[in-house]
Amino acid sequence: MSSASSTTSGAAKPASTRAKPANKWEAAADWTDGRLGIYSLAKANLRKIFPDHWSFMLGEICLYTFVIIILTGVYLTLFFKPSMAEVVYNGSYVPLKGIGMSEAYASTVDISFEVRGGLLIRQIHHWAALVFVAAMLVHMMRVFFTGAFRKPREINWVFGFLLLVLGMFDGFFGYSLPDDLLSGTGIRFMEGAILAVPLVGTYVQMFLFGGEFPGHDIVPRFFTIHVLLIPGIMLGLLVAHLILVFYHKHTQWAGPGKTEKNVVGMPLMPVYMAKAGGFFFLVFGLIAAISAIATINPIWAYGPYRPDQVSTDAQPDWYMGFSEGLIRVMPGWEVGLWGHTLNLGVFIPLMIFPLVLVSIAVYPFIEGWITGDKREHHILDRPRNAPVRTALGAAWISLYLVLLVGGGNDLFATHLHLSINSITYFVRVGFFAVPVITFIITKRWCLGLQRRDKEKVLHGRETGVIKRLPHGEFVEVHAQLPQKDLYKLTAHEQIQPVELPAQTDENGVAAKSGLLNRTRAKLSRGFYGGGSQIPKPTSEEHHEITSGHGHH
Amino acid sequence: MKKLSARRRHPLAALVVLLLALAATGGLYAAFAPADKAQADVAAQSLAIDEGKKLFAVGCSSCHGLNGQGSSDGPSLVGVGSASVDFQVGTGRMPAQQPGAQVPRKKNIYSQAEIDQLAAFVASLGPGPVTPTKEQYTSTNPDDISKGGELFRTNCAQCHNFAGQGGALTKGKYAPALEGVDAKHIYEAMQTGPQQMPSFPDTTMPEEQKKQIVAFVRHTTNDEPNPGGLTLGSLGPVTEGLFGWIFGLGTLIAVAIWVAAHTTKAKKS
Repeated sequence: MSSASSTTSGAAKPASTRAKPANKWEAAADWTDGRLGIYSLAKANLRKIFPDHWSFMLGEICLYTFVIIILTGVYLTLFFKPSMAEVVYNGSYVPLKGIGMSEAYASTVDISFEVRGGLLIRQIHHWAALVFVAAMLVHMMRVFFTGAFRKPREINWVFGFLLLVLGMFDGFFGYSLPDDLLSGTGIRFMEGAILAVPLVGTYVQMFLFGGEFPGHDIVPRFFTIHVLLIPGIMLGLLVAHLILVFYHKHTQWAGPGKTEKNVVGMPLMPVYMAKAGGFFFLVFGLIAAISAIATINPIWAYGPYRPDQVSTDAQPDWYMGFSEGLIRVMPGWEVGLWGHTLNLGVFIPLMIFPLVLVSIAVYPFIEGWITGDKREHHILDRPRNAPVRTALGAAWISLYLVLLVGGGNDLFATHLHLSINSITYFVRVGFFAVPVITFIITKRWCLGLQRRDKEKVLHGRETGVIKRLPHGEFVEVHAQLPQKDLYKLTAHEQIQPVELPAQTDENGVAAKSGLLNRTRAKLSRGFYGGGSQIPKPTSEEHHEITSGHGHH
Repeated sequence: MKKLSARRRHPLAALVVLLLALAATGGLYAAFAPADKAQADVAAQSLAIDEGKKLFAVGCSSCHGLNGQGSSDGPSLVGVGSASVDFQVGTGRMPAQQPGAQVPRKKNIYSQAEIDQLAAFVASLGPGPVTPTKEQYTSTNPDDISKGGELFRTNCAQCHNFAGQGGALTKGKYAPALEGVDAKHIYEAMQTGPQQMPSFPDTTMPEEQKKQIVAFVRHTTNDEPNPGGLTLGSLGPVTEGLFGWIFGLGTLIAVAIWVAAHTTKAKKS
């Protein structure tokens, strides 16, 4: 039978330019190519070159944890009941027996204790979510500090930023679903924030909750947002993000043979297929191991949500911690306006929250405007060679950390034996002072490293060998760096501050330079002026010193 | 009756009436007074009070005054009751080591007999909450755990945390962790409201409910193995976040560095 059919297929396409398939796999591939055009796709992409560096794998961690979250999340939806209908618990967990609770909470307790593997899957889902957002933040910082956001990658930076924000919010919605005491407190927090918005707050609250808090709608609504709306958008953004990575090609560190026009590294097939595939299983394995070792979100211990109950240590997951910090340290200001209360103690933090996020998102565009640089960049900056950018990033991180301390002020108080009031005052001052101090220190640090690089290029590295000269002087022998290291230390381009347009036009009439231009020139001097970078050694300087005239 | 009436002016009449009255009083007392054992208790009680007073003079009086009347360094103990003493001394809080935001729990240096003597002395200063008996704080009904859990989350968790791990209060004060605290001491704390804690007298929280709360706290902090693995302190998302960053992402980055360092090198041939 098989021989008969192969004869038929052979006879059916004698005009084919391709050789007869050697085996059935090749035949299957031919069949697929005829319909999906996989050969040209594979030809274009399978040998795609990627550079090798551990920091380029941070994005992979994000991708793999996202896949883990989706897989485990699908399993959880099979057993979770997004309903706020009242039931009385009668399962196997003794400390909850006979207690009234919502179906959402009861089904989450059942997932934990009755469903086979349910607790492990829940913990994998949650641990992976924490690591996912953390990895996105670190990945974003890698891109920030190396200047990988420069043209042509600004749009991809924005996609990545949106993924981070959506990941944060989807995490918050997931945290809110089980309707335990902690998640209900989080929803109450959110309700309070909405109510603090002037004019529309109460209307938005009524619309969202379908009536007074807590109502019966919020869990089913959050469920749809958590499992459908946000993951759907994220999946789309993720695909776009990856397509753009392929399209732009990956950035690389400076080095011999590496230019703005090539990528030096290894091909996707087979090297990165194996490495990335293997890395996925390492990530999955590690997250699974952590989930088997450590509890996360023990909803059974929190108990069901009741608006009249609350537990201390009621914090959001870490990625929302800075919003908690903003609220906790803000003085409880309230003003009355025309018979209405304006709750500034909540409203101001609510407005600063997006500002903190957006300030980092718009940075690439601000830097692009200041430098006026329209060229493409595929070689990464070493963070020290962009001192102001690096210092700004460090200041942003320090602000974020200060707010995290504010969000966990009670635990810092109990575990470090401090007064919670002192911590709160520290955060109030630190919110303004710590980023400035961090900025100054980081910038100086970068300049110091630049000086060190210059020293190394011109005088070589210290060998530790001490020589005594005939006339008694002691000197340390310096060894010249290899050519490839010299290249790495001097490959970066030093941007010069933009000049103001001429103050007078060709006829000697004073020209208006405009506030915008003046601001830009001033910022440019701040970024790239004499105080912000150490001129890198020129080849003449290097030649002069190494030609034998110097005494090193 | 005439005979009695005729002799009512007799010089010895008053004496006879007095004797009769005394006999009646004594007889009534003998008939109604508690038995011998009670008399022994009274004796022992007064002995305990005496002994307690001596202990008090040594360990407590420098702050609370020789008669427990209080001073600028310590409050009056009139009316705090034996339960307060049993709690404060039994958990090692009293005698206090040093002034501060709050007196911490520490190793108790008194024997239970000495604590009882101190308690007897302080209880003698004025009526107050009485040390509970074992039946009062020991639950036998398994349903008490879940009922106690609900009561705990309503009345206690806002300071002591959902799992009794304690929490911060203002200016360095705190609600202590309830891990390893005796059932009796948990009960007494609710009765007497030590330091920052409000008291929950039987009028606001009946004995039965206190017993249920004790059952829940003991079950949650002592008996129960945690189903999910390490508890990370049962402190909520802050420790989870820290753990996730250090052991989750931290390890993954270490793995990434390892993977990046092991790569196929192009062979030079």
